[in-house]
Amino acid sequence: MAAAEPSIEIPTVRIDPPRGLIGFDLKPLWEYRQLVFFLTWRDLKVRYKQTALGASWALLQPLLATVVFTIFFGRVAHLSSDVAPYMIFSFAGTLPWTYFSNAMTMGSNSLVSAATMITKVYFPRIALPISSVLGCAFDFFCAAFLIIPMMAWFGISPSLRLLTLPFFFLLATATALGVSFLFAALNVRYRDVKYVMPFLTQIWLFATPVVYSASGLHQPWRALYGLNPMVGVINGFRWAIVGSGQAPGLTTVASVATTLVLLVIGAVYLRRVDQSMADVI
Amino acid sequence: MASPALAIKTEGLSKRYRLGATTASYATLAESIANFVRRGGRQAKASRVLWALRDVSIEIEPGETVAFIGRNGAGKSTLLKILARITSPTEGYATLHGRVGSLLEVGTGFHGELSGRENVYLNGALLGLTRREIDQRFDEIVAFSEVEEFLDTPVKRYSSGMAVRLAFSVAAHLEPEILLVDEVLAVGDLAFQRKCLGKMSEVASAGRTVIFVSHNMAVIQALCRRGIYLEHGEVQTDGPIQAAVTDYLRALEDKAEALDLSERTDRRGTQEVRLQRIGIRGPDGSGTIASGAPAEFSFELIGMTRGLSCRFIVYDQLGHPVTSVSSAQPAPQDVYEHQDEPHFDCHIDELLLVPGRYRLDVQIHGGGQLQDRVEGAAYFDVVDAIVGGRPISMGESVGHLVLPTRWVGPKSGVG
Repeated sequence: MAAAEPSIEIPTVRIDPPRGLIGFDLKPLWEYRQLVFFLTWRDLKVRYKQTALGASWALLQPLLATVVFTIFFGRVAHLSSDVAPYMIFSFAGTLPWTYFSNAMTMGSNSLVSAATMITKVYFPRIALPISSVLGCAFDFFCAAFLIIPMMAWFGISPSLRLLTLPFFFLLATATALGVSFLFAALNVRYRDVKYVMPFLTQIWLFATPVVYSASGLHQPWRALYGLNPMVGVINGFRWAIVGSGQAPGLTTVASVATTLVLLVIGAVYLRRVDQSMADVI
Repeated sequence: MASPALAIKTEGLSKRYRLGATTASYATLAESIANFVRRGGRQAKASRVLWALRDVSIEIEPGETVAFIGRNGAGKSTLLKILARITSPTEGYATLHGRVGSLLEVGTGFHGELSGRENVYLNGALLGLTRREIDQRFDEIVAFSEVEEFLDTPVKRYSSGMAVRLAFSVAAHLEPEILLVDEVLAVGDLAFQRKCLGKMSEVASAGRTVIFVSHNMAVIQALCRRGIYLEHGEVQTDGPIQAAVTDYLRALEDKAEALDLSERTDRRGTQEVRLQRIGIRGPDGSGTIASGAPAEFSFELIGMTRGLSCRFIVYDQLGHPVTSVSSAQPAPQDVYEHQDEPHFDCHIDELLLVPGRYRLDVQIHGGGQLQDRVEGAAYFDVVDAIVGGRPISMGESVGHLVLPTRWVGPKSGVG
């Protein structure tokens, strides 16, 4: 029996055993780009189902953190906030930090929590951590609009610096993706990751100038500190929103470099685990 | 012009699983690091190696309907998983010409919080459809599933049958060039099963390739023309479906005779409770089972858990299911007692089976899970007998069932 319809293009797939550290192939991800969209949409839809406040949680999370930090670190501990009022200084830090820590946590869990899907259906596994991070990015966008009333309240006039925000957002996204790829893949084999994540998030928070200011540091320590990519992100956000601290420079370069390394390591490791994932998860 | 390309070609396809402490699925990081250090950084030597698939080379033309047959653990599901790209081979390769749709388990990726409509889109995307393709088929999918009224209800409020129907509908409307199907028809009501089978033969007759894995030989023979019988991960028979089924059934019987039940490893389930021995006795306690006479099937188990139930399926010599019996639904005449060694005894007052040879597949459930499943766990012969005063013999009976009857008819010989 011959194939009935004259199909224009019938794809041919070759299935081979996994070989060493192979390069990262973006083609399957591109073919499944709609799945990434649907998974993101599912995550968002499910996340706020059966919650009384629904999507307002996206705004409340960074806002409440800001209020708490302002009371304890700004008022009680009198931490320096450079020139800006502590509240907006703190918000410029908690906004990207909330995004990053949520994205990292959800991304790292994305593969394990989709175990039944992974053992039953083929799709590029990397779609899962990507859509987890994108779901958090959506929350970030909602919360980011709070910048406008807050700047107005504190009488900070917007400057062209705000136009650099997308770059720092991308830096935070890339870092979250890199960490998510790595830990999601590790999580498949080692469930220890589940216990490591809250601890890692906390340590990372201390190592990042979210509640305090990094302007006390001088070169070359400042650049070294920038090896923590979130330092570059948060300094960038503060500089763009309130103009405090130094303009992006060597610190940012260091952050970008770490992020790229993280992204490559994460993607390659995930790719390596990808092939045997269904047998192990 | 039709391309001469094969739909599926595999060459020396092999899959090895490492079984052993060092690669246990839930190894901890610390253990791994410790092992790595102990080995001085060399590759782990697994304590046990299992070849789930060994040197499988097959060629399948477009439009063929092929069944993979074999016992539990014979490698058929592994082969299907490799073709579906869920897992990768250890050696060899496979080429697939055409888009692959797999129904390895329908409803995967369904999310209870989302509505039926939303799940159709999500599941479609998971199976590789674009939004536009789903839009085009949406009405057809919904009509086939028979759940129109509940489209905007969260799937968590669906009955399991409804969810399965919807999921199968999405998968069945994929229209891939190659369709991989694994035991989906075990679920859903009879009418829907028939509908699914109809859809699958429709797919096959449209010139698409269908690969089918099932334990139901009747369904397999109805649907497939070619059979590939696997044993220990190797292809034993590759030919017309009848030949493959015959070889498989014969091997199943040989195994049951050669090996004690407690020694068999081709099982499924959690294995907290295992089937040890099966006794099949006639009315006088002997091994002879007569048509229409009382019979007793006893199942000795090892291990214990709460809520045990026993189910067995009787198959005829052609591998067609005859009937299934289960203790899961209780009846007033059942007796539950304290037992030192757990066992189930199934008493049948009249075994109304046509004389012939039959096979038992046994499943033990407990604690809400499948504990043990053995195919071809036992064989028994039903011998000629007198049922309701009438002799019943093997040669003259058709089908499986004997009915005790009383007739009224014209008297002969009187003018």
